[in-house]
Amino acid sequence: MLLEMFSYSFITRAVVVGSLVSLCASLLGVSLVLKRYSMIGDGLSHVSFGAMSVAAAMNVAPLALSVPVVLAAAFLLLRLSESSRIRGDAAIAVISSSALAVGVIVTSLTTGLNTDVCNFMFGSVLAMTKSDVLLSVVLSVIVIAVFVVFYNKIFAVTFDESFSRATGVRAGLYNTVIALLTAVTIVLGMRIMGALLISSLVIFPALSAMRVCRRFKTVVLLSAGLSLGCFLLGMAASYAFETPVGASVVVADLFVFALFSLIGGGKR
Amino acid sequence: MNLVEIRDLTIGYDGKPVVSGLNFDISAGDYLCVLGENGSGKSSLVKAILGLKSAYSGHIHFAPGFSRREIGYMPQKTEVQRDFPAGVFEVVLSGCQGAMGFKPFYGKAEKLRAASAMERLGIDGIRNECYRNLSGGQQQRVLLARALCSADKMILLDEPTTALDPLATAEFYRIIERLNRDDGVTVVMVSHDTAGALESSTKVLHLGGNESLFFGETAEYVKTRLGKKFLGGGD
Repeated sequence: MLLEMFSYSFITRAVVVGSLVSLCASLLGVSLVLKRYSMIGDGLSHVSFGAMSVAAAMNVAPLALSVPVVLAAAFLLLRLSESSRIRGDAAIAVISSSALAVGVIVTSLTTGLNTDVCNFMFGSVLAMTKSDVLLSVVLSVIVIAVFVVFYNKIFAVTFDESFSRATGVRAGLYNTVIALLTAVTIVLGMRIMGALLISSLVIFPALSAMRVCRRFKTVVLLSAGLSLGCFLLGMAASYAFETPVGASVVVADLFVFALFSLIGGGKR
Repeated sequence: MNLVEIRDLTIGYDGKPVVSGLNFDISAGDYLCVLGENGSGKSSLVKAILGLKSAYSGHIHFAPGFSRREIGYMPQKTEVQRDFPAGVFEVVLSGCQGAMGFKPFYGKAEKLRAASAMERLGIDGIRNECYRNLSGGQQQRVLLARALCSADKMILLDEPTTALDPLATAEFYRIIERLNRDDGVTVVMVSHDTAGALESSTKVLHLGGNESLFFGETAEYVKTRLGKKFLGGGD
């Protein structure tokens, strides 16, 4: 069955991009979950939805427009949550629902709420064109490389931001790096996973890994492995039972999380 | 020699000054204890010295050849750290980050530095443990080891004994005293625990009512009315 699955080139493309995005999301997810920024993925995916709707209406390549827009939104969200006037969670809610609203209005005024919109919301295995794949591969390799190079800094800043700042680590810079990498990952993954489901790719693997691992390094590695495994499992299940890819991957993640919670609970 | 000189410093938060006209020095070898009620500006002072927060007015001078980067900081525990999956060695090593610039990975020098800091504090045996599973006293020693990795001339401790039981608190003070007396580390400690903190400190800075109420030798402080009141006036 697996061989048959890969005989469809659109599935091969989705598997390549999805695997890479899963890896990126899970690496960044560990830091985001620990910093209490879990919802940043959700917020950014809604912004991405808005940007893609506008791109579709304007007949522009969706990735070309939404990557810069979401990068800007990530930057803005970070600044907002650092200033104490609006709390981080409120800032995310405000930006994400506004972007969603703009996206819905633009589509309903132009093309109408058609299958495109549905695909943006819940993801589609058909989403990736050849040029999308190339761009996605390049960007995800950059995300993974930057994460590996900055790994120790990211650990230090995530564990204790004020200590890091006091010793001269440029914590603001690394926070920005994390936010920008997250933005790129969300935009890339959203096409397959859907705007409503992509944030689970960021949160679940990190949460599952934290149930059983006790060190940052092992949490990061296990989370990457789980994320990749769950994506492939969800993909296969989606092919076998003809269910939507995004939802299948999330359910696979949920099962793994439940399983690891049981294991972790037993260990304590 | 004065490592840090504070002149006419005004600090505060949310635009409101909490302490103004603050003047004091931190000399090499001092064990300075900063006392005061909640909201008297202790934490703001710490942040101003470290450069995490800018002062409203006044100056903080560092001795030639000394900079704020050479202060080992031990901040208060954060909510994030409570369930953070981190190994003890990972945490201590991260104290070396400040001196590493953009260098991505730890080398032999950093690992040796971290190992020797842990040995000094008697925690080399728990190197592979998980930070969140340690007792409060052990966690504080890990954070102190991390501070020593970043700097060993001067350490700045912000309420280090909060939430420690009396035994662990006493043990922690002994460690600080040893660092100060035997290794010549200059210590600045912000504390709530007046009696315990005064036992081994050599100088006191007492903040309150928008100014410095006392700055001087600990021996003199305990004789003042303020000192007696703070040490438990009833006795």
